[in-house]
Amino acid sequence: MKRLLLSSLVAIATLGTAPASHAGRPIAVKGSDTMVILGQRWAEQYMNQVPGQIVMVTGGGSGTGIAALINGTTDICQSSRPMKSDEKLKLRDRYQTLGQEIAVAKDGLSVYLAESNPVQQLSLDQLRAIYQGQVTNWKQVGGKDATIVLYGRENSSGTYVFFKDNVLGGRDFSPRVQTLPGTAAVVNAVAKDPNGIGYGGAAYAKGVRDCGIKKDAKSPAILPTAATVKDGSYPLWRHLYFYLRKKPEGDTKKFVDWVLSPAGQQIVIQVGYFPL
Amino acid sequence: MSTIRPGIDSVARRRIQRVREGVIEWALRTCAFAAVAGLLLIILFVFREALPILRDPATQKEASLAGFFATPLWQPVGDVPKYGLVPLLLGTLKVVVVAMLFATPLAVLAAVFSSEFASPRLREALKPVIEILAGIPSVVMGFFALMVLASWLQAVTGSSMRLNALNAGIALGLGVIPTVFTVAEDALRAVPKSYREASLALGASPWQTAWTVSLPAASAGVGAGVLLGLARAVGETMIVLMASGNAAITSATVFDSVRTLSASIAAELAEVVVGSPHYSVLFFLGALLFLVTFVINVVAGVFVERLRRRLAGA
Amino acid sequence: MTTSTLESPFKPLPKRRGFDLQGASFTTLAGAAALIIALMVAVIMGNIVLNGWSSVTWEFLSGAPRDGMTRGGIFPAIYGTVLLVLLMVAALVPFGVGAAVYLHEYADQTAWSTRAVRFAVNNLAGVPSIVFGLFGLGFFIQFLGAGIDRALGLDVVYGKPALMWAALTLAMLNLPVVIVTTEEALKTVPREMREASLALGATRWQTVRHVLVPQALPGILTGAILAISRGAGEVAPILFTGAAYFLPFLPSSPTDQFMELGYHIFVLATQSPDIDATRPLLYGTVLVLLALTFLLNLTAITLRARLRASLAGRS
Repeated sequence: MKRLLLSSLVAIATLGTAPASHAGRPIAVKGSDTMVILGQRWAEQYMNQVPGQIVMVTGGGSGTGIAALINGTTDICQSSRPMKSDEKLKLRDRYQTLGQEIAVAKDGLSVYLAESNPVQQLSLDQLRAIYQGQVTNWKQVGGKDATIVLYGRENSSGTYVFFKDNVLGGRDFSPRVQTLPGTAAVVNAVAKDPNGIGYGGAAYAKGVRDCGIKKDAKSPAILPTAATVKDGSYPLWRHLYFYLRKKPEGDTKKFVDWVLSPAGQQIVIQVGYFPL
Repeated sequence: MSTIRPGIDSVARRRIQRVREGVIEWALRTCAFAAVAGLLLIILFVFREALPILRDPATQKEASLAGFFATPLWQPVGDVPKYGLVPLLLGTLKVVVVAMLFATPLAVLAAVFSSEFASPRLREALKPVIEILAGIPSVVMGFFALMVLASWLQAVTGSSMRLNALNAGIALGLGVIPTVFTVAEDALRAVPKSYREASLALGASPWQTAWTVSLPAASAGVGAGVLLGLARAVGETMIVLMASGNAAITSATVFDSVRTLSASIAAELAEVVVGSPHYSVLFFLGALLFLVTFVINVVAGVFVERLRRRLAGA
Repeated sequence: MTTSTLESPFKPLPKRRGFDLQGASFTTLAGAAALIIALMVAVIMGNIVLNGWSSVTWEFLSGAPRDGMTRGGIFPAIYGTVLLVLLMVAALVPFGVGAAVYLHEYADQTAWSTRAVRFAVNNLAGVPSIVFGLFGLGFFIQFLGAGIDRALGLDVVYGKPALMWAALTLAMLNLPVVIVTTEEALKTVPREMREASLALGATRWQTVRHVLVPQALPGILTGAILAISRGAGEVAPILFTGAAYFLPFLPSSPTDQFMELGYHIFVLATQSPDIDATRPLLYGTVLVLLALTFLLNLTAITLRARLRASLAGRS
C-alpha cells in the first residue's frame, strides 16, 4: 500500500522535471470549427515533414480563437470571419498591436437542406426571412406544408457571425434557431430532419444537399463549387483566415509559409475547401 | 502499527512535544478552514467578475440589470449585443420542473417501497440499482439523451424539435433520482420502529401505516431530499448542454428547445475576452446560479435539522 | 387523561373477503416505481454496453486517435484522465483528511468556528459544477496563474488552462466528499481505543497518527476512491481549465493541457466531423468511462461493506 502511494508520488514529481518531449516550442492553433479539420490535416502533414515540431490544433469557434489570441493563450487563431474593429482594439490594448491577418483558404458558406426536401434553391431575401423567423413554413418558399426547423451555430462561431452580417444584414436571428456546437452537428441534424435547414462550411456537406443561392429573385441559382467560389459568383463565399499577434517569425513563419505553399493549398482542396 | 512512545522523559522533551503538537493542531485547523476559505473564495471571485454589471458604466452601456429584462432576446454576439435573461430563466425553469415532476414521484415512491414494503432481499437488490444510477457521470447521461432518448421521445410525441425541454428534463430527472431516493429512504428508515409497530397494533395495514404514519414522520427528510435534488437540477450543466437544443426560446411548451443558464455559461465562456461585458454577464449568470442553489441548500439544511430534532425529541 | 378503550383512528379495512384493494394498489404503485427505475437503468446500461462492446479492443485502449477520430484509440484520453485524477488526489487528500481530523479530534463542537466549517463543507458540496469551472478560470488561471507569470516575468506559462489548475479545481469540488467520509470513518473507531492510547501517555497527535487514522484507513480510502470516481466523470469544471480535444503529445508537465475521457465524449458527441463514422469510437469511450467509474465505485462500496462488517465484529 505504502509502496503504491510512494510510486505514484514519484510519478507525479517527475511530471515537473521531465524533459520536454517536444523539440522546439509547440505552435498552438485555435479557433474556427469550420477550419478545425483543415488545421488538423495541415498539422499532421507538417509534423510528418518537420519531425520534432509540434502543432496543436483545437476548435471551439472563431470567437474562441480570437479571444484566445487576445487572452494570449494561442499563437495562431483560425477564423472563418474577419476580425472586428473592437476586437482589434482589444488586442491593441493588451499587446500594442493590431494583429496580423493572413488569408489561407476560401470557403463557400453552404446552406444545407435535407435531400428529401423538394425546395432546392432560395434567394438571399428568402434565406434572411427564414432565419429571422418571418417565413415559418416551407410552403411559403415553394415546398411542402411543414414548419421550417432552423438549425444554426453557437454565437462563438465565425460562421454564425458571417451569416448574421452577410445574410441577415446584422439583424438578429430568430430565437427558434437551435444552436449546435459544430458544423458537423448541424449537418447531422439536417440530414435527419426532412424539414430542417442549416448552414456551414461547404466541406462538411455530407448526407445533405447544398442549396442553390440566388442573389435576388431574378438571378440564377448558384451552387458552391470550386469554380463559383473562385470567381466570386457564389454569393456566400468567404476567406478563411489565420490571425497572429504580430508578423510570423521563426518556427511559426515556417509553418504559415508552408500552409500558403502549393503543398498546403493541395490539402485545402483535399479537405473540401477552395485554394486561394 | 508502530509503538507509541510515552513522553515521560525530560522536561525539555515535553516542551518540544507541546510546541510540535501546537504546530500540528494549527496545520490541521488550516486544513479545516481551507473549506471555509474555498467557499469564500468562490463567492469572492465569481461575484467579483460579475460586479462590472452593477458598477462599471462602460460595461453597463452594453449589459446592465435593466438590460437583462428590457429585451426578449439572448443574442450576445453581434453589432448590438442583446442580453435578455427571460428566455434563459424560463428555459432553466422548464427543464427543472420537468425533471422534478418526473423524478420526485418515482424516487419517493421507490423509497417508500424500499423502506416499508420490500423484503430485505428486495431492498438489497434495489440499492445497487440506485448506486449504479448515481454513478453514471452526467456527461454519459447527456450522451444517452442526445443519441437515444431524443429519438424515442420524438417518435412518441411527434414534436418538431428533437432536442427539447422534455428530453433534457427527463434525463435530468434520471440524474436527480438517486439524490432524492437516498435522502428520502434514509429519512424513512430513521423513523423509529415504535411508530410503525404502534400503528400496526392499532389495526392499520402496512400501506395505511406507510402513508399516514411513516411518511409524515419522515416528511422533513423527504422534503430535504427533494430540495437537494432540486438544487442539483438547477445547477446541472452537461445534461442540458447536450440534450436541450440550446435555443433561447420563450414559450410555454416543453416540446421546444430551451437554453438554460448553466448551458449558456458552458457554451459561451470559451469565446469571451477576459474583462469584456459578455465575460461579466456570464459570471453574473454563475453568481445567480450559485445564489439559487445556495439558498435551496440552506433551506434543505434547516429541514434536516428539524427532522433530527423531531425524531430525537419523540 | 382518561384511558379509553383503544379505538383505531384508521378507517376499518374494506369488507371484501381478505383483499385490501387500496393497500394492494398502493403497494403495487410503489413497487412499480422501483421497477421503472430499475428498468431505465437497465436500458441505459444495455444500450451503452451493446453498442460499445465491439469497439473496446486492446488497440482501442492503447492507441492514439487517427483520421479525425474515426479510427484508432483513446489512450491519450485515458492517460490524461489518470494523470488529472492523481494530481487531484495528491492535492485533495491531505487537506480533506486534515480537515476531518481537526473537526473530529481537535475542534470544540459547539464553537461557532466549528459550525462555520461544517456549514462551509455542506454548502461547498452543493455548488454547481459549472460555477467551479468559472472559479477555476477566474481564480486559478486569471488570478493565481497570471500572477505567477507576472511575478516570474514569464509570457504566458501559468496563466492559461493547464493540468494543475484543472486538478486543483476538481480537488475543491471533491473536498466535501473526502471530509465527510473521513469524519464518518473516524467516528467508527471505538472510544476505548482512543482513551487507551491517551492513557498510555500518547499525545493527541500521536493518537491520531498511530491509532485513529490507521483504524479509519478503509473509510478514508473509500472517500478518496469516491472522489476519484467523481473527478473522472465531471466535465463542466475542466471545460475551461485544461481539457483539450486533440493533442499530438501526452502531457508531461503540470502546465500542459490534456485529453480527458469525459471531455472527449462531450466533444465527440456534439462536434465530431462525421458523426456516423465516429459513433463506434464514441460508444467505446463511453463504455470505458462507465467501466472506470463503476470499478471505482464498486471498490469503494466493497471497502465500506468490509469496514462495516469488521465494525460489527469489533467492540
